[in-house]
Amino acid sequence: MALESKFSEVAENEFYSPAYNKFLSERKLVGSKCKKCGHICVPPKPICPKCQGSEVELADIKGKGKLVAYTVVAVGAPLMVEEGFDREHHYCSGVVELEEGARITARILGMDVTKPDQIKIGAPVTVEYVEAMHSGEKKTFLAFRALP
Amino acid sequence: VNQKVRKVGVVGIGHGKFGVRTDVNVSELAWEAMKLACVDAHLTPKDIEFCAIGSAFSGMTYEEALAAVTITEYANMMPTGHVRCESACATGSAAVHIAYMKVASGISDMVMALGVEKMTEVDTPTTVEFIGRGGSYLWEYENFGLTFPGYYALMATAHMARFGTTMEDLARVAVKNHHYGKINENAYLRNEITVEDVLASRPIAWPNKFLDCCPINDGAIAISL
Repeated sequence: MALESKFSEVAENEFYSPAYNKFLSERKLVGSKCKKCGHICVPPKPICPKCQGSEVELADIKGKGKLVAYTVVAVGAPLMVEEGFDREHHYCSGVVELEEGARITARILGMDVTKPDQIKIGAPVTVEYVEAMHSGEKKTFLAFRALP
Repeated sequence: VNQKVRKVGVVGIGHGKFGVRTDVNVSELAWEAMKLACVDAHLTPKDIEFCAIGSAFSGMTYEEALAAVTITEYANMMPTGHVRCESACATGSAAVHIAYMKVASGISDMVMALGVEKMTEVDTPTTVEFIGRGGSYLWEYENFGLTFPGYYALMATAHMARFGTTMEDLARVAVKNHHYGKINENAYLRNEITVEDVLASRPIAWPNKFLDCCPINDGAIAISL
C-alpha cells in the first residue's frame, strides 16, 4: 500500500513543491530569498520563516557547500533497495550547508562508503543530480558530490 | 511556580510484556498494561475520566487506524474522553504529558496515560519505510532514502565532529539500556552486552550499529495519574 505524493503537473506557484521538483528535473537548484531580510530557504518557501515577510523572490543556488552531517545506510529504505542498495552495498546521505547559508538534505556521492569513519564533516561538496526510477517513474533527485 | 498548576501524582503503573506479541491484538496488548495500572491504583476503568494514548503507527504497522477509540472501548472506559497522540520515539512521554496537563490544570482528577505499539504485524522493510517517513516525504525520505536510525545517525556524526563524542561513548548507552532490560522481567531483550559487542555488531546506519538500535517489537505501558 504505497502512498505516494501526487502533485499537479502544473507548477502554479513557483515557491511550492511542484515547482521545486520541476526545477530539479531541469537540473536546477533553487531557493527563496526574502526581499526584506535576505534569508534564503532551500527548498523555497512563500513566506520567510525568519521575519515572516511575504515578499520573496526565487534565488538561484550555486550548489557549493560543505557536509555538516552524514550517515552511511546499510539497512536501507525500500525505495533505495529498489535502486540496488542492500546490506552489502551501502549509500551515503547527509546534510549540506550551502554557501548561501541554507542547509539541505541530500544524497552524498563520491565518498568511500566502505570506510564511513574516514568521511569528514566539513568536506567540500558540489551539487549533482541523480536520475532514478521510483515506482516505475523516472525522477530526479538532489545529490552532492565530494570534491577531490 | 504557577499557583494555578496542581501537583500531580502517579498512583498506579502497569507494564505489559514486551516482545513479538503475535498472540494478541492491539487492544488486548494495551489492556494488559491498563489493567495493571488500574489494579495498582485500586481503580476500575470507569474511574478514569480521560485516557491519553500514545501510538505512532496506528493503522500503519497494526490494523486499527483509530487506536484510542478501539482501546478505550475494549477497556470498558466509555464514555471516557480519549485522544491518540504521537511524538516519534517520545510518543509514550507525549501521552504522559497530555495526561499530566489534564490533572495539573484541574480539568480532570483521574486520568490514564498509555503508550502502546504493535510493530511486528508487518515485515521489516515496511516498518523501515513507515518510520523513515517520519520526516518530509519529498525532501528527506524519497530524496535520499533516510531511515529512522539514519536520522539519528546524522545527529550523531554532527555531534561527534562538534564535541569529540566517540563510538565507545555511544556504545555505552546501549550497554546501559541492555542492563536495565536484563533486570526487567517484562523487557524484550534480557541480555547484558559489552562495549566490544556493540562495536562489533553489524552496521545499520553508520555510526549506529545493530546493538545501538531499538529492535522492532510490541508492547504497552500505562500509568494512572
